[in-house]
Amino acid sequence: MRLKLEVENNTLIIHLDGELDHHSTEEVREDIDNAIDSRNIKNIIFELSNMKFMDSSGVGVVIGRYKKVDKLGGVVGIVNSNPHVDKIFEMAGIYKIINKYDTKEEALGNM
Amino acid sequence: MNFENYMKIEFLSKSQNESFARVAVASFVSQLDPTIEEMADIKTAVSEAVTNAIIHGYDKSNEKVVIECKIIGNTIMIIIEDFGNGIDDIELARQPLYTSKPELERSGMGFTVMETFMDEVFVESHKGIGTKIQMTKRIKVAENGE
Repeated sequence: MRLKLEVENNTLIIHLDGELDHHSTEEVREDIDNAIDSRNIKNIIFELSNMKFMDSSGVGVVIGRYKKVDKLGGVVGIVNSNPHVDKIFEMAGIYKIINKYDTKEEALGNM
Repeated sequence: MNFENYMKIEFLSKSQNESFARVAVASFVSQLDPTIEEMADIKTAVSEAVTNAIIHGYDKSNEKVVIECKIIGNTIMIIIEDFGNGIDDIELARQPLYTSKPELERSGMGFTVMETFMDEVFVESHKGIGTKIQMTKRIKVAENGE
């Protein structure tokens, strides 16, 4: 799993490239939370175009970050999720609380 | 014996082995020519079961996880076994969103994923003896004669 973080205004864009499972989740969670805390972040975009594999650990990561920014009045968006990722997110009801966008620009425009 | 092919692997319950386990099963299953979607379903179900064995079976110690795969016609049977804590209440554990370890930020979706992505999931568990998950999925035969 390669984690790339970029910040636009007060939105943190999280690129998760590779395989997100219980093992890699442990590696990325702390880095993401440190960025949220230290860089005055309000909103989050998960950019998943290079996600090769995800199991239900990914649901925990997304919901955990949602709870964190929701307290700050922020929102979360998901961009470029593949059909397999969508299947798991839909099963978990993620898209009832988090919007899905086709592009990063579209997500940023709605935040 | 009643199967056409068989494999067995054994590894330590370290989280690094989650990806090893699903890739090993996926390469064994590939002889049935699954679609990309079927392959993703199987890898995900294996990942969930192995993660459960690592997190819930053994807590922090590193012990043995065993995976056996059998090919029976067009069906893959995957058995994932640990020899750890066992599950207190299997019905409760299978409920969507239930997790015995909320502090780990687990979604509680593991069994739901296994049940959705595989055709059948059987769970056998005994306190202090371990947990055995048996899952099967029938791989559809390609219609264009491949």
